[in-house]
Amino acid sequence: MCQVDEDFQGQLEHTEVPSISKKCVKCKEKTAVVVIRAGDTYCRDCFREYFIHKFRAMLGKNRIIFPGEKVLLAVSGGPSSCSMLSQVQEGLSQNAHKKLRFIPGIVYIDEGAAAGRSVDDRKTAMAQMQTLFEATGFPFHLVPLEQVLDLSPSVLVMAPSPSEQPGSAYKAAVDQFIQSKGHWPPRPQDQDQDQDLDQASLPDIQESHTQLLQQLMSSTKTQTAREELLSMLRQHLLVHTARTKGYSKLMLGDCCSRLAVKLLSSIALGRGAQLAQDTGFSDSRYGDIITVRPMRDYSSKEIVFYNHMFKVPSIFIPGLDTMTADKSSIQRLTESFVTKLQADFPSTVSTIYRTSEKLQTAWKGSCAADVCDTCLLCLCALDTTVENASAFQATLISEQLSQTKPPETSSAINPNLNPGSALATTTGQCCSGEGECGKKGGGCCSSPRVPETTDMRSLLCYSCRQTVKDMSSVDHLPAYILLEAQRRNRRSQMREQISEFILDEGV
Amino acid sequence: MPVLCSSCADKRAVLKRPKTGHSLCKECFFWAFEEEVHQTIVAAQLFKHGETVGIAASGGKDSTVLAHVMKVLNERYNYGLELMLLSVDEGITGYRDDSLETVKRNQQQYELPLKIVSYEELYGWTMDAIVKQVGLKNNCTFCGVFRRQALDRGAIMLKVDKICTGHNADDVAETVLMNVLRGDIARLRRCTAISTTSEGDGVVPRCKPLKYAYEKEIVLYAYFKKLDYFSTECIYSPNAYRGHARTFLKDLESVRPSSIMDVIHSGENLSVREGVKMPVQGTCSRCGYISSQALCKSCVLLEGLNRGLPKLGIGKHHRLHDKILSQQPLTEKEERKLKSVDF
Ligand SMILES: [Zn+2]
Ligand SMILES: [Zn+2]
Ligand SMILES: [Zn+2]
Ligand SMILES: [Zn+2]
Ligand SMILES: [Zn+2]
Repeated sequence: MCQVDEDFQGQLEHTEVPSISKKCVKCKEKTAVVVIRAGDTYCRDCFREYFIHKFRAMLGKNRIIFPGEKVLLAVSGGPSSCSMLSQVQEGLSQNAHKKLRFIPGIVYIDEGAAAGRSVDDRKTAMAQMQTLFEATGFPFHLVPLEQVLDLSPSVLVMAPSPSEQPGSAYKAAVDQFIQSKGHWPPRPQDQDQDQDLDQASLPDIQESHTQLLQQLMSSTKTQTAREELLSMLRQHLLVHTARTKGYSKLMLGDCCSRLAVKLLSSIALGRGAQLAQDTGFSDSRYGDIITVRPMRDYSSKEIVFYNHMFKVPSIFIPGLDTMTADKSSIQRLTESFVTKLQADFPSTVSTIYRTSEKLQTAWKGSCAADVCDTCLLCLCALDTTVENASAFQATLISEQLSQTKPPETSSAINPNLNPGSALATTTGQCCSGEGECGKKGGGCCSSPRVPETTDMRSLLCYSCRQTVKDMSSVDHLPAYILLEAQRRNRRSQMREQISEFILDEGV
Repeated sequence: MPVLCSSCADKRAVLKRPKTGHSLCKECFFWAFEEEVHQTIVAAQLFKHGETVGIAASGGKDSTVLAHVMKVLNERYNYGLELMLLSVDEGITGYRDDSLETVKRNQQQYELPLKIVSYEELYGWTMDAIVKQVGLKNNCTFCGVFRRQALDRGAIMLKVDKICTGHNADDVAETVLMNVLRGDIARLRRCTAISTTSEGDGVVPRCKPLKYAYEKEIVLYAYFKKLDYFSTECIYSPNAYRGHARTFLKDLESVRPSSIMDVIHSGENLSVREGVKMPVQGTCSRCGYISSQALCKSCVLLEGLNRGLPKLGIGKHHRLHDKILSQQPLTEKEERKLKSVDF
């Protein structure tokens, strides 16, 4: 049957190669050198102004970074995050009324261990990053991914956010800042100096740690899950670095093109409930550390133009997904799909991106000492307690039915065993709910083939379950994750035992 | 070495389930497939005892399997439903003739009453005649809009309480992706719903009992049950977005088979920001059918066909609705814009 939608309206519009108009659309004087979109042609100066304005406008509009606040910029060496770094430098050197008013620091996570790079290659890359960062004069932190193995379980628990700042607080803080001017840029003694032992020399990489990370990666059977896992670990390490070094905001360099890919791959990975947090301007899932994405309005094309024209340095460092085939992972596949579609239909990225602006987080999880309904890995609210008829429920049923013996012959079912109608009553079957049959030795229709990973499953969101399902064993996960999983399981067992005596859940 | 069925651990497995990867024997697969549809029906409370249910039958694999499974489950679980087949004859030579033959054979096999409503009797236009006027590029707009209403009209003629359609998990996942690609937030929010409640007079509630069934498993089921279906896609090509979304979904599935369910899970859990404008559902002032505009899509398309302005219903011409309603003449410029059609 024809699968056409009822009232399809728009038609895709194919690329029209713009006739290079000679004049800049802004000043209408100088010769245009950049075509951002059809019709948007800029001269060099106007492009620069447009680019810089966009960064300030994004931060100004959202009013989330307070004057004097310490902000950690995550820089990977790629064009987008390097461009972000240059915008922050630019913003701090502006004259007063346009000036950015926060205190920046930089972090680079060296993921060489996960990507299987040699120690020498990694040292070279780190030295390059060091040179790049030193030139900014900002404090910086070079952190090998290996350090994730030393994290404490507390990084997986939402930290209480500093008291909610009302909208008026922002303005008050700005006024106060302007009155007390003169201390800008902050003098060296304003910053704590001892933080940067790691700055002078390159950090040590423990070989045993590298091996543990490599074991974790090789015990993960799919590239899709490896990429997911790496992004979780990176995120934990970034949050940890921000916390221990006294930053309260974390800036990521995701540009519009990147976010469009991320949005679509998140949908493919079952992260619909987490989309707003994964792709929005700000993300407060960690409580105290707020993640912001100030580059989200720039296309990768604009960034490449700008970096090239104004000599913004960036460093290419091969990662886990470098040089992999299109179909090696969901993430790679999505990237190549969006890239190809964008080449034919230039509105692809902006259309997908606009979708992300219309989404929000359905419900916020909480993770207090007692009750925790956030995912162990991604820290988003759990999306696994949904209504009965759902893709999640249907998948569980499929798995159970494929492993349990059906009644002798299907025709032998006596309708009289279902008095009245099956429709009048709710599911009598034990398999309708998750908890009953999933647990070890849980009874009725449990199969002997329940995998070892069951223990962690109930602590994970839908998508992270899929990730963990692709691991041959969870034992290779870093200790802080395993310890926190055990703690949560113990708590929930305890709660089960005493549930009938607990009067108020909220206390 | 033969693989044993993971379900009964007794018989030899004949297939690997695309959905879970388990190896199953024929009987256990049938059981699992039917049982899953049953669980969906019960969990989502799709039907009430004693209802009359029209199964939208196109002669294709989805609706053929749906008709079969509905009949089996209705008897096995004593649903107490009165089932009938409901078909739309779009008037496409070759394609529809053959598929309607299949539906007629199904009717005899399953002993279910069958009602066929044709575009010609409802609208005075067959698809073949429409294609002659609008060309191949835009005909699917007509195809989809007209069929939706045709099913409702047929259902009302048959006094049916509900219509169930053969949409499967792949269709739903594909629609989620398509709506993301074209930024249609209103449809994105609606498209994962398993059933629609009655939205007004002339609209019969619909549901998708196969919502969580993989297309590949539907084919496997039909194959091993030796069900008779007509396997040609609509000869008029589907729209570009859906084509891209479909290719992408197939690729996703080949990388990670759970992707289809993962996409649906995402769709079911999306939450739209407050304050995002959503079209208000009203009714068509000409025929009373649900519509977010003054005139429903089908009435606009018909008006265009009858006035020789085929582009009227294609693209956005909401501004002209009032003019059409009050029978005002269009300006020369408007006429010219609506006449030209790319073949
Ligand atoms: Zn200019
Ligand atoms: Zn998660
Ligand atoms: Zn079997
Ligand atoms: Zn069609
Ligand atoms: Zn109408």
